[in-house]
Amino acid sequence: MSELVLKSQRFRREREADWKRLESLLGLLEAGKRNQLSDDDVIALPLLYRATLSSLSVARSISLDRNLVDYLESLSTRAYFFVYGTRTTLGERISSFFLRDWPGAVRTLWRETVIAAGLGAMGALVAFVVTLRNPAYFYVFVDRALAGGRGPRASTAELGRTIFGHQGDKALGFFASFLFTHNAQIALLAFALGFACCLPTAFLMFYNGLMLGAFLALFYSHGLGVPFGGWMLIHGVTELFAITLAGAAGFRIGWALAFPGSKSRLAAAADAGRLAGTLMAGVVLMLAVAGLLEGYGRQLVTNTALRYVIALATALAWAGYFYAPYFRALGRRP
Amino acid sequence: MKAPKSLTRELVTPEGIDLRLVLADGGERLGAFLLDVVFILIALIGLTLGTIGLAFLFSFRSADVLGVIWILGFFALRNFYFIAFELTPRAATPGKRIVGIRVATRDGSPLTANAIFARNAMRELEIFLPLLFMIAKTSDIDAWIGIVGMIWCGVFVFFPLFNRDRLRVGDLVAGTWVVVAPRRVLSPDLAAPESKLVFNEAALDAYGIKELNILEDVLRRGDEETMRIVAARIRKKIAFDHPVAEAEFLSAYYIALRGRLENRLLFGRRRRDKYEKV
Repeated sequence: MSELVLKSQRFRREREADWKRLESLLGLLEAGKRNQLSDDDVIALPLLYRATLSSLSVARSISLDRNLVDYLESLSTRAYFFVYGTRTTLGERISSFFLRDWPGAVRTLWRETVIAAGLGAMGALVAFVVTLRNPAYFYVFVDRALAGGRGPRASTAELGRTIFGHQGDKALGFFASFLFTHNAQIALLAFALGFACCLPTAFLMFYNGLMLGAFLALFYSHGLGVPFGGWMLIHGVTELFAITLAGAAGFRIGWALAFPGSKSRLAAAADAGRLAGTLMAGVVLMLAVAGLLEGYGRQLVTNTALRYVIALATALAWAGYFYAPYFRALGRRP
Repeated sequence: MKAPKSLTRELVTPEGIDLRLVLADGGERLGAFLLDVVFILIALIGLTLGTIGLAFLFSFRSADVLGVIWILGFFALRNFYFIAFELTPRAATPGKRIVGIRVATRDGSPLTANAIFARNAMRELEIFLPLLFMIAKTSDIDAWIGIVGMIWCGVFVFFPLFNRDRLRVGDLVAGTWVVVAPRRVLSPDLAAPESKLVFNEAALDAYGIKELNILEDVLRRGDEETMRIVAARIRKKIAFDHPVAEAEFLSAYYIALRGRLENRLLFGRRRRDKYEKV
């Protein structure tokens, strides 16, 4: 090895060991092998990080070795993201999500939730009135494939069978998981579409209401209104609530982009997006519950009164969880 | 390679040092995404084969359970592949890791799970909705609606190409961006050779920092043909006719030039390239 003649080369020789140590520690941490670090390593990490940052600063002003400067930049950036990144464990993240973040996001978005629910209710009312006057309009609101055998021409007995009949016990699990993934995808779409100034989301909420209203009118006109309510609400409370919340999340983003207020448009969108993102993670969970209720609960429980009891229980559970004062107090604790 | 100015962003750490983040360009983003799509497809094929294998194993007694496994597996892959990998400390999917990029928040704050969820939920709009329009049968919807839908989706698909920060809609909404974060290796220092060749003042004033960096690349790569050509160019430029091997000449000249330029740097004079006055 020949002698190092330049100041920048001597500088590198002095500091190199620290950089290498930081690099190996980061390698372990990024691979998730946190438990392989000794106590000394953990104490040394922030010191090594600061030493490397200072080396970067010096290297930029005295060294023209580009490989060295590039290396230090990349190492400092990696260390920065680690040192100043989130260090909560998965368990903490999950418990904070259920105790604070999710119900908090739902409460914060109450205005949007009311609007989304209102649009759905309006759609349901319109379709209900129109379909009741003229049953031929049913297919305007409901896709033929979705309606299956349930159309204006079906007899009361046939309609009754769709409400109380079994889909076949064996396929229940498959049916439930299919419903869940389908609905989750729709909810994600309702959320994503909010980006375009809320309009597509508003339409989706309204259209969802239309379908519901058309079905309700169909069954009501055959005198099956009450059993249909039980058939629908046993999972519908959860599902419709989840879809309404997804719409509310979409509204929030669209609104923040259109009317950012005192913040910059980008900052407003980012704030709204994080809040709405939290909400959406919860919505997917709610839809999983709804899928289970629809696939299993509805097919196994065929008694209308019992269906209403379950529907009421889920409604109380969600409302209590999101809006009850007890949970609010719990959520406020840091 | 040095990144263009337009993609370099300032990120000052609490210690007061600018990390000069470089944003990932469109090609890197697309490359990473395509790699991830390939990985997802491979996982999907694996999942399908695994399910079929299990079905054979249990001689199709519980076909609906397998159906559940497959459909939930598909859902998880489609929606949680990106989220799960971006939640790790490296904040990058396997595709992004290979390309050498990662997700970061625009203001330098910690990357939260909420932001990652939001940026990936938007993928529905950017990828799956356009795909849906593309594969929808023309009999199902009016062709015109399909075309209008495609154009509307195109706004989101090509969104990253039309803003300075290369944000896709998901990034915009989550307050994130994607930065270059390669793992660089520290190469050995290019030490001075034993033989001391002496260069005069004029010879050392022939080049600036840009040329020094190119010379560094040439030396580190060590390709003989390139070294021969570069050595010939430099010899001609500085009128140096000492008979010495190319590698030795280039190393000696590199150290001498770097020493000269670094000395001037200490006095606050940074000579960018050979066209700048001494």
